[in-house]
Amino acid sequence: MNFVWSWPVIAFYIIALLTLCCGVIMLSVRKVIYMALTIGGVFIGASALYFLLGADFVGVAQILIYAGAITILIMFAIMLTNHEATEPGFKWSPKNIAAAIGSVLLAVVLLLAIRSTAWPTATTSQTALDGGNSNPMAIGLVMFKGYAIPFELVSILLIVALVGAVILAKERKEDE
Amino acid sequence: MGAAPFPVPTGSLLALGALLFCIGLFGALTKRNLIIVLVSIELMLNAANINLVTFSRLGVAPSLSGQVFSLFTMTVAAAEIAVGLALLLALFRLRKTSEVKDLNIHKW
Repeated sequence: MNFVWSWPVIAFYIIALLTLCCGVIMLSVRKVIYMALTIGGVFIGASALYFLLGADFVGVAQILIYAGAITILIMFAIMLTNHEATEPGFKWSPKNIAAAIGSVLLAVVLLLAIRSTAWPTATTSQTALDGGNSNPMAIGLVMFKGYAIPFELVSILLIVALVGAVILAKERKEDE
Repeated sequence: MGAAPFPVPTGSLLALGALLFCIGLFGALTKRNLIIVLVSIELMLNAANINLVTFSRLGVAPSLSGQVFSLFTMTVAAAEIAVGLALLLALFRLRKTSEVKDLNIHKW
């Protein structure tokens, strides 16, 4: 693998480092609300990565959905339940040790597999991929020409999920 | 963006996705608070999204399908977290707890 130190590569490594740091901080802090904050950092790092890869629309959707909606929703849920909650420190119980060994083993296997494979470098640029249009326009064309039925199904899924969430979270009469 | 096709090496992107996935897996297995378990699952979905966007450039016929698929994944993730947090609120109203170890009604 020949390494070219251009600006996008350096930017990628900085973004990747910050994203992984946010993930590790998420695992190590004690207060639940700080965990929600650091997960926002991970989501923003991922969206910066999408911008770097030229997937502008996915990056904006990532900021809107993940960093905007989901992080705020999680913070609301933390505030509505016991917001003073803290995680106990990492204990070396058998369950935790098994989880740690499993995760580290999976990471090692995945990294070795990635390292031993010769990945092709992409030859098409993003502008060629978009077919001359801007990225959101190209995605809209692909989505409504080729993926119209999955799009409608996903909209049904969203409606069902949101109505179900409202019904589940509503206070019921027979509970009192 | 047009001149240099894809400067970031593919293996590094996939490695980042794999590491984020493993961080999410560890969090989902060990954390006590139900909200944080849900957040860790979101982290794993996010890592899968990074892989999808990476792979959308490669292959014999590179197309935008990977990016469209990652948009669908985001929608499903949003639906999942909405229902999960609603279940959590219902549970908290019933049992005044949001810890995983207290969810053992069906355990025997």
